[in-house]
Amino acid sequence: MTAWLRQHRAGLIGTLSRLLRSPLATGLNVLVIGTALALPLGAYVTLSYLQQLARASVVDPEISVFLDLDAGSADVDRISTELKQSSEIRSFRFVPRDKAFADLRRNESLGEVVASLSQNPLPDAFIVTLHRDAAESAATLAKHLKALPKVAHVQYDAAWAKRMRGLIDLGRAATVVLGVLLGLALVAVIFNTIRLQILTQREEIEVSRLVGATESFIRRPFLYLGALLGLGGGLMALALIGTIGLYLAQKVAAVVSLYSLGADFVFFTPEDAIAVVVFASVLGLAGAWLSVSRHLHSTP
Amino acid sequence: MASISFSNVTKRYPGGHEALHDINLVIESGEMVFFTGHSGAGKSTLLKLIPAIERPSLGTVLVNGQNVGRMRPAAVPFLRRSIGVVFQDQRLLNDRNVFDNVMLPLAAAGHPPRDAAKRVRAALAKVGLLERERAFPMTLSGGEQQRLCIARAVVGRPSILIADEPTASLDTDYAERIIEIFRDFNQVGVTVLISTHDRGLVARYAPRTIMLREGEVIE
Repeated sequence: MTAWLRQHRAGLIGTLSRLLRSPLATGLNVLVIGTALALPLGAYVTLSYLQQLARASVVDPEISVFLDLDAGSADVDRISTELKQSSEIRSFRFVPRDKAFADLRRNESLGEVVASLSQNPLPDAFIVTLHRDAAESAATLAKHLKALPKVAHVQYDAAWAKRMRGLIDLGRAATVVLGVLLGLALVAVIFNTIRLQILTQREEIEVSRLVGATESFIRRPFLYLGALLGLGGGLMALALIGTIGLYLAQKVAAVVSLYSLGADFVFFTPEDAIAVVVFASVLGLAGAWLSVSRHLHSTP
Repeated sequence: MASISFSNVTKRYPGGHEALHDINLVIESGEMVFFTGHSGAGKSTLLKLIPAIERPSLGTVLVNGQNVGRMRPAAVPFLRRSIGVVFQDQRLLNDRNVFDNVMLPLAAAGHPPRDAAKRVRAALAKVGLLERERAFPMTLSGGEQQRLCIARAVVGRPSILIADEPTASLDTDYAERIIEIFRDFNQVGVTVLISTHDRGLVARYAPRTIMLREGEVIE
């Protein structure tokens, strides 16, 4: 057991020192892998940013309830009592038809049209604001309100929220595809790097075999190399996205304050960062494993 | 106890060249044996069969009771740890210093580093290279390189020591010093097999000599 641990430690240290002995090649490799990972990571960060933005800026779902033109104050009272009883409704306000007409008249671009009207064509209306999480049941509620006597029309505009959600879903799917493709690219890059490294160390591999090294002893440094390159690439991707984030921070801050998002916006959580690094290391290991299985047998 | 035995061993390379034909040999534990013959007589092939660098096409090669011709690949490294080999083409790693070259077999076998370092220095002291442990193989003379190969072969304390043409590129004085080193190992019980085409050397030491010609033994 201790011999096994010792060999692993020796393999790891040997691989690290080999990497550090050629810093330029190592740096370029890590940069390539880091860039490949930074693209899906950047897309992921952008999406989660948009999602937070959407959540904050999508105003609470609203339903407009328009009454019949002949609805009297008794009807208004009855409907407002009804609205008060619904648990999904956060608040509502009553817009009398006279006030709505006055508002319309104040609108300069419509002034002439409105002036030509002989009487007020607008009905009384309720603007109902739902709880934020009641968006799903808004349609049902709208139907219910529509059925009330003296209600002429109920308008619920969910299109914008739906469109936004659709876009984010699409973006997420695209990110997954991008991530898978670039993950494959990462495996390919590591595969080839390890292949070249095996060619470079061919002599050493042969001699090690001749003096009694086991296959796992020979494979180990290459597997470590793959995992370390993946790890370095993951850290590089985080650094790239972090740097770009800092660069864009002011613009982001402007947008954030515009939508009153507050300071709680984060690019990625520590869990996200750890997941990226672990994922990159595992991909690196996988690429190295494939390469070692493919290329080590070809040496005698 | 027989250390190594060959029974009806034939080695045919892909392409049909027959390097060894129906070899029968027994080498007792603790013997020192010279293999002689012209280049291409099959000396190298015969020696390569012992640590399973090559496998026989026909027949059986037994080393310490194990049939090495039929050994599982996973068992071969452990066989090789009990056999020290000085290769004809030396096989030194030029990007590692003397110390690290000798360390390789012990590192591969997973020896604790401190104990391994002691053994490396003991092996280097034995061949007279202790003060060159930080040097790189390219900076050594031919004789020093050969001694380095011997140090790497013996550092794992093998029971069998094989040297393929260890004196080929050395002058006579130096060749004798190299053979002396092998004799010292033989005297502490190591089975030593040396191939050479230097008849003068063989004549001076007059150990057991096996002569090969065109892949056959003519003792």
